[in-house]
Amino acid sequence: MAFTRNERRLLTASAVLALCFCLAAPAGAMHIMEGYLPVGHCVFWGAVCLPFLAWGLISIKRIVAQHRKAVLLLAMMGAYAFVLSALKIPSAFGMSSSHPTGTGLGAVMFGAPVMAVLGIIVLLFQAVLLAHGGLTTLGANTFSMAIAGPFLSWGLYALLKKCRVNQTVSVGLACALGDLFTYVITSLQLGFSHPSAVGGVGASIAEFMGIFAVTQIPLAAIEGILSAVVFMLLQSFAKPELREIGMLQEVR
Amino acid sequence: MNKKTVITILVLLLICVGIAVYPLMINEDSDFGGADGAAEEAILEIDPDYEPWASSPIELPGGETESLLFCLQAAIGAIIIGFGFGYLVARKRYNRQAAE
Repeated sequence: MAFTRNERRLLTASAVLALCFCLAAPAGAMHIMEGYLPVGHCVFWGAVCLPFLAWGLISIKRIVAQHRKAVLLLAMMGAYAFVLSALKIPSAFGMSSSHPTGTGLGAVMFGAPVMAVLGIIVLLFQAVLLAHGGLTTLGANTFSMAIAGPFLSWGLYALLKKCRVNQTVSVGLACALGDLFTYVITSLQLGFSHPSAVGGVGASIAEFMGIFAVTQIPLAAIEGILSAVVFMLLQSFAKPELREIGMLQEVR
Repeated sequence: MNKKTVITILVLLLICVGIAVYPLMINEDSDFGGADGAAEEAILEIDPDYEPWASSPIELPGGETESLLFCLQAAIGAIIIGFGFGYLVARKRYNRQAAE
């Protein structure tokens, strides 16, 4: 998409700021817990998020200005992430609990950048009021749940669309794998910051994958199915809005 | 929405419930602690000297207050989603009536 001059300035500024932070601090979960990432890593992940947040703000402004009709849907997508990330569900793998992210559906419909902003709102709420996740780890958690996951969902959906896979199935698959990818990233983030004395970074990553990613598999399936259900409901009740954002395919 | 869609949606929701309930049935003595708690333990195992250098700005008094806030989060979201679908469903119905 083409950016206006002010938008380009905002993006450049955020990217430059991000670069400064990254250079200044060369870095040596469910959400990652407060205080469990070294300072350098916290700053690094926070910096990486900045350009995406700026991009997200621009996209939201665009949607509000150009697709007024679809704003209700956008609010519903934010609310969907809010609900899903509050649900701690027991998992058959690992015998522990975790929660879905709920950020995939919004990413598929409105593009991934939007979810960076909506996702950080959810994470702030949880970090400040619920002592879940954390303010120091906000950057890392935002990157995994509000950026990496949504971007995977967005990309995968585009790919499936090109392959002419059924739209509802594509939405479900994209959301499920985006959810899983979030926790793969969380495991990588923890693995890099806490390398094991014996096996190094690799062993640590494997350890955290076992905790986060494996637990998440059934939950990812739930998120995929739920997202597909919500999308089916929208297909029957929100046709004008879906047409507005270009999500309405074959009308049977 | 035709009958087939309604049935598909109900079946899909049942599958979701099944996935969530199944672990509770096959393992009755697990308390299903959070995966973040398990990760804390793993970090301390890998790196026994690691000291968490920050703690949450607020200390919740206990599990009850935490569940209150989680409920609140789900409730706020559910209100917005419910309002949205209520609006969309009613609009479709009244549009159809107006067309007739």
